[in-house]
Amino acid sequence: MLRWIPALTLTLFLVPVAAGLVGTVLPSFGLMPALGGTVFSLDPWRELAAWPGIGTSVRLSITTGLAATAISLSVVLAFCSTCHGTQLFGTLRRLISPLLSVPHVAVAIGLAYLITPSGWIVRAVSPWATGWELPPDLATAPDPYGLSYIAALVVKEVPFLLLMTIAALGQTRANATLAIGRSLGYGPATAWFKTVLPLVYPQIRLPVLAVLAFSTSAVDVALILAPNTPPPLAPLVLRWFNDPDLTRQFLAAAGASLQFAVVILAAALWHLLERIVARLGRRWTTGGSRGRGGAAGRKISVTVMTVAICSGFLSLVGMATWSFARRWRYPDPLPSEWTLTNWTQQADSLLWPLWTTVSVGLAAAVIALALVLGCLENEQRYGLQPTTRALWLLYTPLLVPQVAFLFGGQVLLSWMGVAGTWPALVWSHLLFVLPYIFLSLTDPFRTLDERYVRSALCLGATPSRIFWQVKMPMLLRPVLVALAVGFAVSVGQYLPTVFAGGGRYITLTTEAVSLAAGADRRVIGVYVFLQAALPFVAFVVALGLPAWLYRDRRALRVAQ
Amino acid sequence: MTVMRVRRSAVSAAVVLTGLLLGLGIMPASAADTAWSDIVAKARGQVVFWNAWGGDERINAYIAWVGSRAKALHGVTLRHVKLADTAQAVRSVLAEKAAGRSKGGSVDLIWINGENFKSMKDQALLHGPFAESLPNFKFVDVKDKPTTIIDFTVPTDGYESPWGMAKLVFMYDTARISDPPRSIAGFLEFAKSHPSRFTYPAPPDFIGTTFLKQALYELTPSPEALQKPAGDNFEAVTAPLWRFLDDLRAHQWRRGRSFPKNGPTQRQLLDDGEVDIAISFHPADASSAIANGLLPKTARTFVLDRGTIGNTHFVAIPFNARAKEGAMVIANFLLSPEAQAQKQNPEIWGDDTVLAMDRLSAPDRKMFDNLPRGVATLPPDQLGATLPEPHPSWMTRIEKSWLQRYGQ
Repeated sequence: MLRWIPALTLTLFLVPVAAGLVGTVLPSFGLMPALGGTVFSLDPWRELAAWPGIGTSVRLSITTGLAATAISLSVVLAFCSTCHGTQLFGTLRRLISPLLSVPHVAVAIGLAYLITPSGWIVRAVSPWATGWELPPDLATAPDPYGLSYIAALVVKEVPFLLLMTIAALGQTRANATLAIGRSLGYGPATAWFKTVLPLVYPQIRLPVLAVLAFSTSAVDVALILAPNTPPPLAPLVLRWFNDPDLTRQFLAAAGASLQFAVVILAAALWHLLERIVARLGRRWTTGGSRGRGGAAGRKISVTVMTVAICSGFLSLVGMATWSFARRWRYPDPLPSEWTLTNWTQQADSLLWPLWTTVSVGLAAAVIALALVLGCLENEQRYGLQPTTRALWLLYTPLLVPQVAFLFGGQVLLSWMGVAGTWPALVWSHLLFVLPYIFLSLTDPFRTLDERYVRSALCLGATPSRIFWQVKMPMLLRPVLVALAVGFAVSVGQYLPTVFAGGGRYITLTTEAVSLAAGADRRVIGVYVFLQAALPFVAFVVALGLPAWLYRDRRALRVAQ
Repeated sequence: MTVMRVRRSAVSAAVVLTGLLLGLGIMPASAADTAWSDIVAKARGQVVFWNAWGGDERINAYIAWVGSRAKALHGVTLRHVKLADTAQAVRSVLAEKAAGRSKGGSVDLIWINGENFKSMKDQALLHGPFAESLPNFKFVDVKDKPTTIIDFTVPTDGYESPWGMAKLVFMYDTARISDPPRSIAGFLEFAKSHPSRFTYPAPPDFIGTTFLKQALYELTPSPEALQKPAGDNFEAVTAPLWRFLDDLRAHQWRRGRSFPKNGPTQRQLLDDGEVDIAISFHPADASSAIANGLLPKTARTFVLDRGTIGNTHFVAIPFNARAKEGAMVIANFLLSPEAQAQKQNPEIWGDDTVLAMDRLSAPDRKMFDNLPRGVATLPPDQLGATLPEPHPSWMTRIEKSWLQRYGQ
């Protein structure tokens, strides 16, 4: 049974992605029998090439994606290099974790309110400092260059990359390496870049590529903050997909295939960038320059990091404030009338999306956890060596743009007759939940002292008894944290819910996106607040439950 | 069954007649009653997925109220699928038809009118006719509100059931401006003297397209052409509209490079002080927004001297709906005096009723008489003439041309 779990996992995982891609590429060549497409044709691609502004859309996708990735990575590396081993490092790390679990959409909506000309920042300084009795006529969210869109991506990706970098640092002998570098007279940041980065970067390369793929093809954030005349490619594809003119399905398929190519192109450009940096960096590393103490650099990197974190938090606080506002006009820095009716009035309509969000999130996280534990246990019991290739396979759903395979995935689901059902929705979320659960659980599982297992074996316990009675209790905290991570990922899913839910299932996230298209800001505040609160509650439970269960087991409390 | 066959082949006049006869109780009412009680019985326990535009929170709250009443009265569960554009629902049904799914479709009820209705009716995507068989249809004012059976010049033939009356109005804040425009040409003058303080929602949002149609009505030399399908005359008839929009653009909010997504977004901009005018389809919108804390107490309404476009909005049932009976029960409840009065209350929504007051019982009529008008609502004699909607083909082509000119 256990032996089959890795195969089962990959089947559940890769078959839909592969089938989804096929189901996307075929219609792009005119093949979609349900809509009368039975003859091979290049027309969809011709139509795509002739679409007004398509070049700008593609360029926008690539430039915003590359910029968001490069900026996020730079912020994280600058911070890690200048603050390695300091107390500040630990503080910021703890601060940033809650941001990691907040859905992208929530941050995007909040950021839009923060920086719009009549938004919170301008309200805070007007008219006493700016003289603006009326908000200025400036396009800031969205702006024509996609800057606010990039900013929202950076605010969300910095926490992810920081945690991945910290995890990677734990696997290298960073402290020892740094000590040697410092003893040779290198400045702290210089020593970090010259000796630690080459060890760490290969380990965070996959997460970086996942960030790049996401930023190049994001739909939900783009709908809220990206320029829309014309929009980046991914929201444009979604628009075609939703077009009442069904012949646009072929165009949408061609666009989705192009989106895949765009991500590959962006990855190739990134790879080129890596090579250039590596070549220049090698010369610099061996050049012998020691660098300075880096006090100025540290100030800058900490400031930038603080700005990123603060804008994330302020975005959420702004929307949370709206949810309790009755009247909040420009230029009042805070609401002039407060109320609870936004919450009480929404109570009824919230129940249904809340139930879908929670039930799908829990189901997907629990299934993914079972599969991941099965794979890891199988690997340990049979002494298998994990390969890099397996890791790449696991990352597939994060590297292939969602819109490229979800389009075909929906065709597959309809063909199986399960489109718009609850299991289909769970399955679509599973694809994105599983990799994160795997990432979060692998290290604690693999580093659990194997002498416990050996002692138990010597005492005559069966492997399954060891799993349930030794490993699980000791790993309870990381297992629950992984569950919370998976739940948080599910809560944030937009496109999979739209495609697999077929309009019959709505979640807090899909609801927040449709509300962001205009409705009452006070109600959007309610949804954003809940979106951010749900994963937070999951984390509190994940950290609190083991602490409470093991309150009289000191060794277990520190086992992790 | 003969009744059904007669109605299917009948033109709208005959449909009205049948409706009237039913209403007056001349038709064999007992047969109709049993048919309806069967439907109500089947509806109990059904879940109705109502695909309805979800851009206005007060409307969403009203729909939630309808859901709670339908649950209490008939045991029907209502799920509001909030759409950004009704075309999404048309697309779902069309895609299901293409995939051969003629039963158990994902949409049970659609909030619809105009070009979406015509498109679904033309492609046989609708269940019906059902509207006249709803017991509460007898209250509908088909005589003085002819748009309840003729939607954008297209006869409804019972394939959609009316639930509200709309009329284009404009909202402004008297604390900021005192000289709102009185004509479409006046908007250009206003924009010139108040740079970047006016805009309109981007089509295909219905408020945006209605503003364009309103402008077309006033600017075109041949408004009568709008009542027939658009043909080769499209360029000639619409040329003045594009000249107007080109001139307007330089003085618009964000220099016409970006537009609000829909009516409520623009109302939010009015409240935020980013623009001076917002556009709405509900004469009581400003009052309702004041009551709900969405506009300042100084907000007021204005209309144009030569009248503004009005229409009726409906609900329709897709041919493959899973819960047809439940959907009909909801459609019938929407026509009840209780639901209509609740809807017309400016503290709730402020959408005008489709019912004829003289057909209601005295206590029901009193419910309407007791409704507050709201401080910012124009009295009926100042609301101006109501212009008929152009044929849907105009809307479709104007949307397309607009997107080509300003949307890319």
